[in-house]
Amino acid sequence: MDMQDIENQFTELKSQLAALEKKTAEDKLSMVVFSGDLDKIIAAFVIATGAVAMGMDAVMFFTFWGTPVLRDAKKSAGGKDIFGKMFGAMLPKGLGQVKLSQMNMGGMGTAMMKSLMKKKNVASLEQFLEMAEELGVRIFICEMSMDLMGFKREEMIDYKNLTFCGVAKFLEEAANSKVQLFI
Amino acid sequence: MSDDIKVDKVFDLKGLPCPMPVVKVSKGIKEVEIGQVIEAQSTDPGSLTDFPAWARTSGNEILKTEQNDDDDVIKFYIKRNA
Repeated sequence: MDMQDIENQFTELKSQLAALEKKTAEDKLSMVVFSGDLDKIIAAFVIATGAVAMGMDAVMFFTFWGTPVLRDAKKSAGGKDIFGKMFGAMLPKGLGQVKLSQMNMGGMGTAMMKSLMKKKNVASLEQFLEMAEELGVRIFICEMSMDLMGFKREEMIDYKNLTFCGVAKFLEEAANSKVQLFI
Repeated sequence: MSDDIKVDKVFDLKGLPCPMPVVKVSKGIKEVEIGQVIEAQSTDPGSLTDFPAWARTSGNEILKTEQNDDDDVIKFYIKRNA
């Protein structure tokens, strides 16, 4: 085998290695937050912040019922049609308005759970969001859900790593994540 | 404090539930140099499995875990290796 052969093989190996590296999943968690329920969103934030503690990157993709939850209670947006106004009024405006998926009992269950969480030092959703921002958890909001329910960008929360995107962006993140979850 | 381990920083995580102990320790360990030791005090029983899992994943080392019968405090002595 002459020098040229070895060199060719080396080049080929290098490109194969580069291709392999591209395929290897990163230490990353990609999560779809489909639910707008208090319990499920708590779980989502516990896992996302825990992932960062474990040295992983964390991405949360809020879609469908998860979308209205990321509205800022203090902001509003005009220019909505009748459906936009309806969704806007009927869905939780911000993290403070989300309810339990079970045992809500007209709000009593949710209030009880919240006071229990406070007593047991479990972070509130607002605190979790703040912590996630501080830890560098990236949040994506599904544009299609926003459009469907008539939400405007100007009424969503202020968050450092916030991106409005579509399914391709989520899939790009998910495809190279070791952990993918749907909540 | 344990007799045979020199602790460089103590973290009081008592009363904090999941995921706070692990979140705080992962941030806190960066406040000491590599090779130094922190003591983390937790009352969350889940810490007993969570801290070793975190240490294995992050490449740090739990030198010792202490539990007393008279209180619920679990003390972890963790050496920063990474």
